Amino acid sequence: MEKIIRNLSIGLIILMIFAPLGLLAVGETFGEWGPEEVKEKLGFVPPGLEELSDLWSAPMPDYAFVGGDESMSMSSVAYILSAVIGVVIGGGLLYFIGKKAAKN
Amino acid sequence: MHIPDGYLGPYTYVAFWIIMIPIWYYAGKKLNTELKSRQVPLLALSAAFSFVIMMFNVPIPGGSTGHAVGGAIIGIVLGPWAGVIAISVTLVLQALIFGDGGITAIAANCFNMGVVIPFVGYYVYKLISGNSDITSSKRIIASAIAGWCSLTIAAFCTGVEFGIQPILQHTAAGTPLYMPYPLSVTVPAMVIEHAFGFSILEAVITAIIFAYIQRTDVSLFYREKSEVQKGKMKKAVTA
Repeated sequence: MEKIIRNLSIGLIILMIFAPLGLLAVGETFGEWGPEEVKEKLGFVPPGLEELSDLWSAPMPDYAFVGGDESMSMSSVAYILSAVIGVVIGGGLLYFIGKKAAKN
Repeated sequence: MHIPDGYLGPYTYVAFWIIMIPIWYYAGKKLNTELKSRQVPLLALSAAFSFVIMMFNVPIPGGSTGHAVGGAIIGIVLGPWAGVIAISVTLVLQALIFGDGGITAIAANCFNMGVVIPFVGYYVYKLISGNSDITSSKRIIASAIAGWCSLTIAAFCTGVEFGIQPILQHTAAGTPLYMPYPLSVTVPAMVIEHAFGFSILEAVITAIIFAYIQRTDVSLFYREKSEVQKGKMKKAVTA
């Protein structure tokens, strides 16, 4: 059991280090366009879409630093940091929830 | 597959909040009764793993990018209800901290990725596995097919949610208020790019992790007991 957790954790850390490879995939994801991209496609922005689209300002939008320079190294650092934040908070929350929930 | 704010109108996103709240509540109850303490580190790892795997954007021909979710293997190993919790927590973090997926769309995203994927994954795996031995290689194939089906069906659901927007909510003149493209565009777009791209990746990831756990400790699998535990139970029954 401990061996499995250890090995899976090593796998996870390797994935985190290589996470910036995900930045190489340039291209848009279907249905995840910003209002500007929608305008380019259609010539207009649906009014409801425009209204809702800026509802929330995330502290690290698109796994990047706000106002940070967009060099590949800077983006990679932000991307790995995002992975670390996701792993620590996400894993931590689930560990806490799991400890509370598990009976035996 | 992370639907941003603005693509789903209130009819749709409110409906998904109404659907998801009891699902989250029930998933929490199931976690209370089913989760063993030795599975807790695995549960924490599964959310972390899903978060990181979703960061691996993969390009496909046609210029779109997407990613695997890792939800099928979570459903198979820890059970679909634990999958709901692990992926929902991940998606909420992605929406709040990284703006990946909308706030209003959290419930819809949790339904597509956090419910459809682990449940389709688990039941397709069970269906194909049948009564085969837990260590059989048939089960590795079953897990791969489960991974493929789970992401493809989740993509189909997302395509339907997008495509019904112009029907549900538009101005008096017929101008769409939210996602402007109809079902005839959104469903093929979502399904094709997943079926021939990201779902294959999901299948590979699911099979690799499945094979690893299968070779190491099958007693970790949801509702599977090790031979030792099975032996103990038989003794208890016959005693």
